[in-house]
Amino acid sequence: MKLDELKPGQSAKILTVGGSGALRCRLLDMGITPKTNVKLIKRAPMGDPIEILIRGYELTLRNEDASLITVELLPEAVG
Amino acid sequence: MIVALAGNQNCGKTALFNQLTGSNAHVGNFPGVTVESKMGEIKGLRDFTAVDLPGIYSLRPYTCEEIVTRDFIIREKPDAIINIIDGTNIERNLYLTLQLLELRVPTVMALNMMDEVRANGGSIDIEGLSEALGIPVVPIAAINGEGISELLDKVSHVARHKQLPEKYDFCGSDSPMHRCIHAVVHMIQDHADAAGLQARFSATKLIEGDSEFAEKLELDENEKELIEHCIVQMENESGLDRNAALADMRYAFIEQTVAECVVKCHESREHRRSQKIDRVLTGKYTAVPMFLLIIATVFVLTFSVIGGPLSDLLGVGIDALSARVETALEHYGMNPVVRSLIVDGVFSGVGSVLSFLPLIVVLFLCLSVLEDTGYMARVAFIMDRPLRKLGLSGRSFVPLLVGFGCTVPAVMSARTVSSDRDRKMTIMLTPFMSCPAKIPIYLAFTLAFMPKYSYLAIVGLYVFGIVIAVIMALVLKSTAFRGKPVPFVMELPNYRLPSLKSTGLLLWDKVSDFLKRAFTVILGATVIIWFLQSFDLRLNFVEDSSGSILALVGRYIAVVFKPLGFGDWRIVTSLISGFSAKEAVISTLEVLGGENFTALFTLRSAVSFLVFTLLYTPCVAAVAAIKREFNSVWATAGIVVLQCVIAWIMAFAVYSVGGLFL
Repeated sequence: MKLDELKPGQSAKILTVGGSGALRCRLLDMGITPKTNVKLIKRAPMGDPIEILIRGYELTLRNEDASLITVELLPEAVG
Repeated sequence: MIVALAGNQNCGKTALFNQLTGSNAHVGNFPGVTVESKMGEIKGLRDFTAVDLPGIYSLRPYTCEEIVTRDFIIREKPDAIINIIDGTNIERNLYLTLQLLELRVPTVMALNMMDEVRANGGSIDIEGLSEALGIPVVPIAAINGEGISELLDKVSHVARHKQLPEKYDFCGSDSPMHRCIHAVVHMIQDHADAAGLQARFSATKLIEGDSEFAEKLELDENEKELIEHCIVQMENESGLDRNAALADMRYAFIEQTVAECVVKCHESREHRRSQKIDRVLTGKYTAVPMFLLIIATVFVLTFSVIGGPLSDLLGVGIDALSARVETALEHYGMNPVVRSLIVDGVFSGVGSVLSFLPLIVVLFLCLSVLEDTGYMARVAFIMDRPLRKLGLSGRSFVPLLVGFGCTVPAVMSARTVSSDRDRKMTIMLTPFMSCPAKIPIYLAFTLAFMPKYSYLAIVGLYVFGIVIAVIMALVLKSTAFRGKPVPFVMELPNYRLPSLKSTGLLLWDKVSDFLKRAFTVILGATVIIWFLQSFDLRLNFVEDSSGSILALVGRYIAVVFKPLGFGDWRIVTSLISGFSAKEAVISTLEVLGGENFTALFTLRSAVSFLVFTLLYTPCVAAVAAIKREFNSVWATAGIVVLQCVIAWIMAFAVYSVGGLFL
């Protein structure tokens, strides 16, 4: 599934990071790399962007960009 | 000796810079660079100057800030780098460190926010970290000055002894990436030495696909092909593409180091507190109302409770002083021309601008508190969606909003927009947000021509300004600012109390900057306008401004405004004088056209005139602020001309359409 399909509170493991150019590099640089765990904290009031917890800090990115990241859902209470 | 401060955003870099330099910092531009860096002598360390580089997360050549930092370190060759790290968020912060170390410059790590780490039961093995990275590591707390003197000892030591980082190889022995990097380093070593570049750093950049480095190294086609071959082989072996493999390599090293040296704190108090605050401030139903409430409070404080009355008071004070000076000069028998210069030129011009000062102080106090606490990042989070279609991000929302208060601080506050492209675009849009100085014009005309619908008409003008800004944004997006916008992938830092010192220094920066402009550019412009208003072509002093050069110019270019329905020289002259301050439009009209100046207009031409005043060039103080941010006379002149052209076209359209109905 894609990162933007997670529900608030769900955790997942990143499988692949898509996109290209500046956006992709930015995602990787911010620590969104394969095999890393990520948790969706909330969506902005207008449904977009999303707030995620990764590597111990909060990051916001747009749904459109989050949909480039494939993830594997982790069981509840892990990650 | 030069010490560069490099680190992520929100890691306390500015606080450290202020600790190091005290208040004797100044802003400087480096050649060929539009992003400015602050510089200041380091207290207690003779001959050391600290340079505050932009807050960045990586050294890839994608954003202006990253390029500035990279080029500064490569070209200016600082004697040392202080890499400041947020100890509570060590993994992502170390990512930049690994890249900085490849540059082979003496480096000291300042491990910031150690007070928070300790308070939450975390600990970091300083020696272990220092050994793993091959550089001295000093735990500090920039907010209260803890560890600063030890940091300075280490910095002066590495700078004086040119002590290079002991390690720069973080690729893990015998991994595909390791083999690839070392093969490339081997191939380009001679080229790099000849070009004065670091082979290791250049190799990484080549693998990232930075074509600028391929040129700098003067590689031939054959060599480029060989390097590409190495990279493709690495990609096949590791199963990751080059960019992911590089990031993966760095983060793998970081994860290992952190596992060895860091006892992570349990969820910190600051983090829990942040999440609680965010439940309200970015909550689904509460976010927008809270945002409106906070912004309304800022506006009320600025424009009516504190700033507004102070401004009025200052205005009254300046008027009183000006009247005193006038009588004194009259008694003294001062030449009437000089008297007019002092009273009508300097006092009324600079005085009207100076009375903005309380507004700016209060507004910036509020905005800097919002920025430093971390709320601005949340505003960007909440408001990103509506601005995205315009090719902007949520970061631009606040400056645009401030534009309704006053264009000058709006342009100045665009500094918080972190990408250069978005900042410039934001600044170009702010003047379309109608400022309160235009309200007297709106009132005078709407009351005269449509007394029943006066307020409705004024609201209509505001909306019209916004619509034009939206169209302008769409046009800019596909012309001057074409290309991919900077990605909106932004950290939401923990809420923190702002430091009094940082807020104070920032405020002082803004105020002194504004004062400097008031007494240079703005003074100059007002004196020129005074001169044009007070003399005729034979340089005789005129009592009545209808004989002045300004009126002559007005008569001369009145023809341009004929198609808009107000080709009368008196109206045109008032528009020109509006350049010094929008309030001057009405006062000039009163002087030239008499009390009943609206008789010069018909309903149709009045509407056209209102549209024109809404859109045409902002006042001289705003133009000076724009020039300051763009750092280019030509770009600024271009913006002014563009605005006048847009104003003309829209006024013409309105006048023509009006002809069908009125």
